[in-house]
Amino acid sequence: MVPLLDIDTLIGDPQTRIIVCCGAGGVGKTTTAAALGLRAAESGRRVVVLTIDPARRLAQSLGLITLDNTPRPVKDVDDTRGGSLDAMMLDMKRTFDEVVEAHATADKAEQILANPFYQAVSSSFAGTQEYMAMEKLGQLRLEADRDPEHPRWDLIVVDTPPSRSALDFLDAPKRLGSFLDGRFIRLLAAPAKAGGRAYLKVFSAGVNIVTKTLTKVLGGQMLSDVQTFVAALDTMFGGFRKRADHTYALLSDRTTMFIVVAAPERDALREASYFVDRLDEEQMPLAGLVVNRMYRVSAPGLSAARALGAAEQLGDQARDTSSGMSSSGVSERTAITQGLLRMHAVQAEIAARHESLARSFIAGHPDIPIVKVPAASGDIHDLVGLRAVGDALAGR
Amino acid sequence: MAPDAGSARDIDWDGVRLHIVTGKGGTGKTTVAAALALALASEGRRVLLAEVEGRQGISQSFDVTPLALTETRVAHAAHGGEVFGLSVDPKAALLEYLQMYYKLGRAGGVLEKFGAIDFATTIAPGVRDVLLTGKVYEAVRRRRDHRAKGPGAAPAYDAVVLDAPPTGRVVRFLNVNHEVADLARVGPIRSQANSITAMLKSPQTVVHLVTLLEEMPVQETVDTIAELRAVGMPIGGVVVNQVREEILTLNVLEAASRNAISREDVAADLTRVHLRATDALLDGLLAEARDHAERVALERDEAEVIAGLGRPTYRLPSMSEGVDTNGIREMAETLMAQGMA
Repeated sequence: MVPLLDIDTLIGDPQTRIIVCCGAGGVGKTTTAAALGLRAAESGRRVVVLTIDPARRLAQSLGLITLDNTPRPVKDVDDTRGGSLDAMMLDMKRTFDEVVEAHATADKAEQILANPFYQAVSSSFAGTQEYMAMEKLGQLRLEADRDPEHPRWDLIVVDTPPSRSALDFLDAPKRLGSFLDGRFIRLLAAPAKAGGRAYLKVFSAGVNIVTKTLTKVLGGQMLSDVQTFVAALDTMFGGFRKRADHTYALLSDRTTMFIVVAAPERDALREASYFVDRLDEEQMPLAGLVVNRMYRVSAPGLSAARALGAAEQLGDQARDTSSGMSSSGVSERTAITQGLLRMHAVQAEIAARHESLARSFIAGHPDIPIVKVPAASGDIHDLVGLRAVGDALAGR
Repeated sequence: MAPDAGSARDIDWDGVRLHIVTGKGGTGKTTVAAALALALASEGRRVLLAEVEGRQGISQSFDVTPLALTETRVAHAAHGGEVFGLSVDPKAALLEYLQMYYKLGRAGGVLEKFGAIDFATTIAPGVRDVLLTGKVYEAVRRRRDHRAKGPGAAPAYDAVVLDAPPTGRVVRFLNVNHEVADLARVGPIRSQANSITAMLKSPQTVVHLVTLLEEMPVQETVDTIAELRAVGMPIGGVVVNQVREEILTLNVLEAASRNAISREDVAADLTRVHLRATDALLDGLLAEARDHAERVALERDEAEVIAGLGRPTYRLPSMSEGVDTNGIREMAETLMAQGMA
């Protein structure tokens, strides 16, 4: 018996404080996160949903029109059970700026914010998003806990960035940590800190080679921009590092739950498999797997093969009689029934393929709770649609 | 010089050397890139298919062992054509680049020891993308005979197909060298970045977009085309993937959406072929028809949006069994028949 992912128990448990939705791109992570958040809010939780890159109309339905990196209340949420729903979209540059401002003195912050290397790193480069999503999660949690008597939020739902791999999100804080502890950063920070190159002379020959190479490759000006940036950041590394460690610890905490989202496709399920295994390795708490967009037929009693056989038989019978023939040999009326049967056969085959893909995932991970969400015939971009997804997530 | 000299067929992207394929996650861009590479390799050409996200999508598409760091043949095409696969690794690309341009020797190892290589390839945001695009640039420019110089020298590959990051990140990825050139105002990095940018924005390059007939992928296609245009990247074709075969005629679809299909007639037909026309079966079939009609109407709207883009458009049929290597060959044939390659 495959364990069922019981969403209502999960969001109803006050011990659940963070839900992280992860999975490959294009599987409906953002929609799942938003639907979970809405369902939790309408069942009485005070929820904030952190989305990374929502589709425009979904963002609009959540009231995410202005990008100001601050959670805003979502309108038209049913608050009769005392819950609330805030939503925000991550602005990575803004988040980075805020980190700098929070950890450096005013002069230093100004110096960092004006550094061209910093500006490029914080606004336009891939990879920054993962760090900043983690940072924002940490911030939201701090904000939620600031007043333990009256927490602003008691549940944070996070949608992960559309990364190269869903695992990037998990690796971001560790990578940052190992960088901050590494020799390379000290090497970069050294000259500017000591006020000149003379300081380097006392280092080993290896350092000289590295610096020479960097100068050769990057050019002196870019290297000095990088060095100024690193040196300026140096003062806030302690805080930065602590935050990264803290956020990582938060992810392994038992009040955090991961939900892996997939679609019934080979690649998406393979990615889900990696993620499930990785969470297990890291001993991070996995609530279960959501398989979105499962195709379902409305007449499940009729198999694809039977439907096709019946359609053919109708054609044969029509050829044996002579009345009411159209050019294709069957009457208009019979053509309709044939069409319905053929269409059903195609849909039943897709549904069967989806079921079989889900089954092979289950065979590989028999203990992972699963919930299957049927495909909607249109896209979801309002609260009504999100509520319906929420119902489906809860198996209703 | 022209690899197409022997070809009598009219194709849409004659003279293009670098085909970049992107699309929203889940649209099948990796299989489309693989099919395009096979199609381009027909008539005896050599094509490199490169991936940059370490997903091993190429080896999975062609059902071969996972790609190592070297370019490996992954498929044969018609008339002696060959497709080579490369999973670009940023670390290998950096070491190779340093060796090629700076003759580093021992310094490479020292950089590695000091964590500089790790820093550059995993932590320093952006550098990774510079290295990945740089390697693709190198492959496009490589000569078959590495001593040969000048425009007349035969290239190592007649075409390179890049399975690029998905639409959400592709413009940042492709434009990274422009950002770097802004950052490094002088020096070797700047000139390298400028050369990469120049090639990516030249008529030798096109960016193709893969989509499904669904709202979000189509919206991302529209947005990405606008973003690409804004940074001056050449836009290629739109590949509509997983197009469903139309089973119901327009009349039936229309009747289904109006609930105007006669339940009694259908019941009588079903009974004639010995199916029990239960309420559940009738309700189910009619509901399926209604849902289907709704979906077809949405798909038609999306198809109109795509048509409005005014780009060459290719349609690949849905494969109910999922896509395997034979499926990719079929897709390649379809793309060739439609003039994409």
